[in-house]
Amino acid sequence: MSTEIRLAGEGGQGLIKAGFILGESATVFDKKNAVQTSSYGVEARGGESSSDIIISDGKIYFPRVRHLDILLSFTQITADKYVNILKDSGKLFIDDDFVRVPKNYDGEVFSFPYIRTARSKFNLVIIANIIALSSIAYATNVVSIEALRKAVLKNAPEKAKDMNLEAIDIGISFCKQ
Amino acid sequence: MGNIKFLQGNEAIALGALKAGCDFFAGYPITPSSEVATTMSIELPKIHGKFIQMEDEIASLAACIGASFAGKKTMTATSGPGISLMTEGIGVAIMTEAPVVIINAQRGGPSTGQATKVGQGDVMQARWGSHGGYPIIAISPSTVEECYIYTIHAFNFAERYRIPVFVLSDEVVSHMKENIDFTSVSLPTIINRKRHNSNDEFLTYNTSDPRGVPPMVDFGERHLTRVSTTTHDKRGWATKNQNDINFLHRRLYNKIMSNREDIVMYETDIDVEAKTLVVGFGCSFRSSKQAIIEARKTGKKVSLFRPIILWPFPDKELKEILRGIKRIVVPEISWGQISEEIKKLVNDNIEIVKVNHVDGTMITPEEIIEKVL
Repeated sequence: MSTEIRLAGEGGQGLIKAGFILGESATVFDKKNAVQTSSYGVEARGGESSSDIIISDGKIYFPRVRHLDILLSFTQITADKYVNILKDSGKLFIDDDFVRVPKNYDGEVFSFPYIRTARSKFNLVIIANIIALSSIAYATNVVSIEALRKAVLKNAPEKAKDMNLEAIDIGISFCKQ
Repeated sequence: MGNIKFLQGNEAIALGALKAGCDFFAGYPITPSSEVATTMSIELPKIHGKFIQMEDEIASLAACIGASFAGKKTMTATSGPGISLMTEGIGVAIMTEAPVVIINAQRGGPSTGQATKVGQGDVMQARWGSHGGYPIIAISPSTVEECYIYTIHAFNFAERYRIPVFVLSDEVVSHMKENIDFTSVSLPTIINRKRHNSNDEFLTYNTSDPRGVPPMVDFGERHLTRVSTTTHDKRGWATKNQNDINFLHRRLYNKIMSNREDIVMYETDIDVEAKTLVVGFGCSFRSSKQAIIEARKTGKKVSLFRPIILWPFPDKELKEILRGIKRIVVPEISWGQISEEIKKLVNDNIEIVKVNHVDGTMITPEEIIEKVL
């Protein structure tokens, strides 16, 4: 059983870091195997950026995603581009304000105001990545919420730990609504 | 419990180097190798090692060679463009017999190429990059765990044979993150260079064994170490004596090639009924392994050979598994370099099918499966 995930958007949105946290949740805390690869340009911000994670109970050989189980898109361009490789049974997570459901896509959609909430609640856009991860974990069980909490705390600076835990709760509450 | 980490290939290379006893790093940052330098810059000061960011790659390898003669276990890390600058130094390390480990995280294309994209086009550069002709050792990891283990092997080869050793990684393997459980990895015994520890007379290249590796004395120790990049005699003096020239060149060759059985590493996954053999290394091994798993599920008979040591190439070992094989499929993210090496080994009855990417992307399992008979 293997799950293929792509987190896609622009450079600077914290998606490669989010991929790392997802990988750490799955391996260090849930004791599964995972591989993360990233794709980005030479620029530090802007430009398309995506992070691919495969999580499996068995060995993972080919490290790139081919048939996505989960796609998170923070930009329209990446949603339109990658929805083609989302499985029929796949789940699409998009930002409610920045991304419309791609044309001809009739699979499952989770559309939440990740970026708006990160800005209004924390005045910090980048934490949208943690809110999104948490909604993905809760809605799909790809990693346990417990593992995600531990991994997020491991990666957050001391003064930002509470904020990160709150971001996780927000992601869960989106799914419960 | 285990000690599981979710690490990048480059971080694992650095940790492998430290485990092997590396206490000197000189380098110049370049994608996709920079995290090796970053990790070494954080970790080396903690063990009173030296980290130096040099002005360029030429100086980086020169510093490593000097530090090696001063008794340090040294490493540098770069990508193809940096190796191009280091080629003179590679010859220096060969001729002076300096143990040094060189990490090449391969990226795509000639010159500065594609900085953030994968390539496998430096295999022949590692083999033939510097002039004059010499054997070399290159090892190719495919996983983060192997980045850790094979870097230790690289140090062992460098120390045992007094030779520059390449770890030929690539952008995928260097940048990808995977779990590694440090409590369950099986590591080789750490090998350190032979030293001349007595007060007896010391000659820098004192061996009469035509395959021998002379013991070393650190610069500044009790004996004078005389190092020359010009063809030299046992004392390290430049020589025009035909016998001395012949002895040195043959010894530099034979110390590696007569020990190839000790060096060569490979992996196979054989189906005795297979007509197709896939040969993949580095990140393309991962594509290849996935391909044969999926091909076998559809009833296809296919075998796999993976050279782990690329140089000296495991030619004998590959030849031994060719019974019944009609086609060899060789996926490489280049125009094909290992495929050329394989061509030398087989007759016209075996078809070589190259699967090449030059667009900075990995070869997919589907592209390999398509070529399986």
